[in-house]
Amino acid sequence: MTAPGFGDPQLLALSLALPALATLAIALLGRWPNLRETATLLGAGLLFATVMALLARVLAGARPELHLASVAPGLELALRIDPLGMLFAAVASTLWIVNSLYSIGYMRGNDEPRQTPFYACFAIAIFATMGLAFSGNLFTLFVFYELLSLSTYPLVTHKRSPTAMRAGRVYLLTLIGASMVLLLPAIVWTGMIAGTLDFRTGGILGDKLGPVALALLLAMFVFGAAKAAVMPLHRWLPAAMVAPTPVSALLHAVAVVKAGVFTILKVVVSVFGIETLAQSGASQWLVYAAGFTIVAASFVALRADDLKRRLAYSTVGQLSYVVLAAALASPVAVLGAALHIAAHAVSKITLFFGAGAVYTAEHVTKVSEMDGIGRRMPWTMGAFAIGALSMIGLPPAAGFLGKWFILDAATGATDWVAVAAIALSTVLNAAYFLPILIRAFLRPANGPRKEAPLPMVIALTATAAGTVLLFLLPGVPYRLASMIVGG
Amino acid sequence: MIASHLPVLLIIVPLLGAVLAALSRHGFVAWLVALLASAATMAVAFALLWRVQAEGLISYRIGGWAPELGIEYRIDAVSAFIVVLVSAIAFLTMIYARRSVLAEISAERVAWFYTMLLLCVAGLLGIAATGDAFNAFVFLEVSSLATYTLIALGRDRRALVAAYQYLIVGTIGATLYVIGVGLIYLSTGTLNIGLIVERLASLQGSRALTVAEAFIVVGIALKLALFPLHAWLPNAYAYAPSAATVLLASTATKVAVYLLARYLFTVFGGDIDVGAIPISAILIGLSVAAMFIPSAAAIFQNDVKRILALSSVGQIGYITLGLALANQTGLTGGLLHLFNHALMKGAAFMAIGAVVYRAGTARLDDLSGIGRTMPWTVAALTIAGLALIGVPGTSGFVSKYYLILGALEAGLGWLAILIVASSLLAVLYVGRIVEVVWFREPAAVARECREAPLELLLPMWILAGATIWFGIDAEWPVGLAASAARVLLGGAP
Repeated sequence: MTAPGFGDPQLLALSLALPALATLAIALLGRWPNLRETATLLGAGLLFATVMALLARVLAGARPELHLASVAPGLELALRIDPLGMLFAAVASTLWIVNSLYSIGYMRGNDEPRQTPFYACFAIAIFATMGLAFSGNLFTLFVFYELLSLSTYPLVTHKRSPTAMRAGRVYLLTLIGASMVLLLPAIVWTGMIAGTLDFRTGGILGDKLGPVALALLLAMFVFGAAKAAVMPLHRWLPAAMVAPTPVSALLHAVAVVKAGVFTILKVVVSVFGIETLAQSGASQWLVYAAGFTIVAASFVALRADDLKRRLAYSTVGQLSYVVLAAALASPVAVLGAALHIAAHAVSKITLFFGAGAVYTAEHVTKVSEMDGIGRRMPWTMGAFAIGALSMIGLPPAAGFLGKWFILDAATGATDWVAVAAIALSTVLNAAYFLPILIRAFLRPANGPRKEAPLPMVIALTATAAGTVLLFLLPGVPYRLASMIVGG
Repeated sequence: MIASHLPVLLIIVPLLGAVLAALSRHGFVAWLVALLASAATMAVAFALLWRVQAEGLISYRIGGWAPELGIEYRIDAVSAFIVVLVSAIAFLTMIYARRSVLAEISAERVAWFYTMLLLCVAGLLGIAATGDAFNAFVFLEVSSLATYTLIALGRDRRALVAAYQYLIVGTIGATLYVIGVGLIYLSTGTLNIGLIVERLASLQGSRALTVAEAFIVVGIALKLALFPLHAWLPNAYAYAPSAATVLLASTATKVAVYLLARYLFTVFGGDIDVGAIPISAILIGLSVAAMFIPSAAAIFQNDVKRILALSSVGQIGYITLGLALANQTGLTGGLLHLFNHALMKGAAFMAIGAVVYRAGTARLDDLSGIGRTMPWTVAALTIAGLALIGVPGTSGFVSKYYLILGALEAGLGWLAILIVASSLLAVLYVGRIVEVVWFREPAAVARECREAPLELLLPMWILAGATIWFGIDAEWPVGLAASAARVLLGGAP
């Protein structure tokens, strides 16, 4: 880690260069699938190593910076790592490896067309995610946010069927539309008020805006970052489930929705400042909006028979936990939110991997068709069960941690709306996940044992193990998360 | 010696080139003349820009006559900005034109085409360079007459109707303009803009001036296709030969915007509400209408050229909005968008021209999956499309950012929201094109196509590359636009 010539800025540059180079290599190696997949895996592995090296330095107190370009006066493309971004990048780069393994199994197992553009767009999406996580100001964040939307559009429409194209339109219009109409004006407004777009712990707005204006600006950020899927801007997410499962994993776990809640959390911590926000009470409305989304999404999930649709609405609800925590605007809440981002990522990717494995092996897509499938695919459904426990928030799965701290923050603030939303949604989560497990394991199997392709099983076992490990050994994410507010 | 005559060389070189091209009567020779003349013109334009940046305003007296009697050319930061843009686009158009023209225009007319192209460039540059109100009218007519001919040379028979339509509208516009200039002459006794400004100071509140301003603004608005005076534009762009469309879309309306800015700011003063007419409010209203209505119409077109043409009317709305905001940031944004839009629309029309060159059609229905067989061309079209939307990382974002900031600084938050909301329409019409050309299975037309030749790709990618480059490092165009805005708002020349 102390190799000569590799200071923090070089490592930071490398974390963007690697996915970019991977994209190029994938595009050039399209004719040789094995080499092409090697490029993906190599890129993912090297990126992981780079991010881990950065992680060690951030934990040691360093805050690497890198200036990329001056677009125009006041518009700087600049990177700066803070603990929250580090956590996001670590999660995304870790999951890229597993997701790539899984993709190889899925894409080959289902004999999918257009695999080269698939892997290339995937790598661009990771590039955008790294840039977003490490962005040093609002403008840089916006650039990578939009790149992420654009690069995932071909993935969502991968099947090219009329349904897929329709989903793609909803996806792009909602995400780009909200970001242009709300996020961009919010950023310009912030820049005008604060005189800078740089992120600073404690915020840059100070007391320059009254409570009403603060609440309005917050709303523009929250709904502008439609990737966070706060209702009513959530429909793009269930629509996008037509995409192949690895893409769903990218959307729900690795990058896209996380980019949304990351943006909101980052803005709350480093643009508004949690103290400013808590004192002004400008985020109280958001507690209600997020609480509503949590409960309403759970009800929809309860009624969904399509497995991926149920998972999609589960994501909508879980994301709003993070938004709720951001709205509570206290150090404990931010800690919980950050942990929940990590925990939800590993758990939800396990669930989607499970759903994809079931589809690849048995072409089962509906909950009602899952009778006895746990007996036939024990590894897959075992992992799925761990993911489900994590979603409900039960130990020994990682989902417990974030939820615990968010609940702690809600009771600490005596915000009973928040407490009620969390409690109700826990019951509902159990009500829509446990029946799946009961069907899968307790009903008789209607066929022989038949697991999904090996790379998929390895991937989902790994993420399930990660879900448990994150609960047992939360040291690193916990330290990062507790550094967010501390600076 | 030559250096002191640069302002007039700007006009003489393309004018002389036009004569030579006409005399040559040979397609290739005419093209070579046009290429060399436009390259020389571009060199002159850049030399002028550097001199203006170093020394400030350049005044040049034609034939040595004093401004009271003769014609004065005045090159300041605003004119230099425009002439650099026009001459650079003209040069790239000439590179592009050779093969495109051979495919679209019958051989005996090729020399005429280049003659008209050069005349048009000379006229446009003249408008930007001259400091004389009537001389501007003359150059306006030179460029317009050349434009009518260029449009009429299109191979589609509807090109004749389009040219005729534009002829009528353009003539009305020029007539209104010259009436306005006449009224000013009656009031001030001079046609020199610098002298007009001096003498107007003592004539504030004159009704003749209010009438003059109304005539001039409406006359120019017809030329720049300000909504709702834009009806001539979509047909003209759609049916003109591809190379002509590139030049017209990137430069002609831009120069008209320049002329409007000159009158609104320099002549009638920085406060653009002169007399009884609330020009600023009207201009904001019409600009917003332009940003929405023609862009919405673009979504439902089936001809890519028409989509892009209607999009142009919409994008002009952003530029005039910058003028209407009349603060430093907003005006910078408007002028920057003028510059950026010229590059991105140039790239877009070059790309669709290349598609027409290979596929023989610009109908969207026929272009399914053409991205597979013409990836470079369609990629350039996509980049231009993203810039039209205003995606960050493209030049379109930077200009819209300045416009939003300008609207906020003017205290018009609702206008900022309208600016970004209108971008959604661009998402729709660009998205429709992108979906068909990239994501559909190749149709018969697409399967038989090959990538466009290098002569078409090169200028197209210079413009597409510039669109990306100026989205990442916009210091140069922002600097140019900002100093032009400062001059217009009455700062140092």
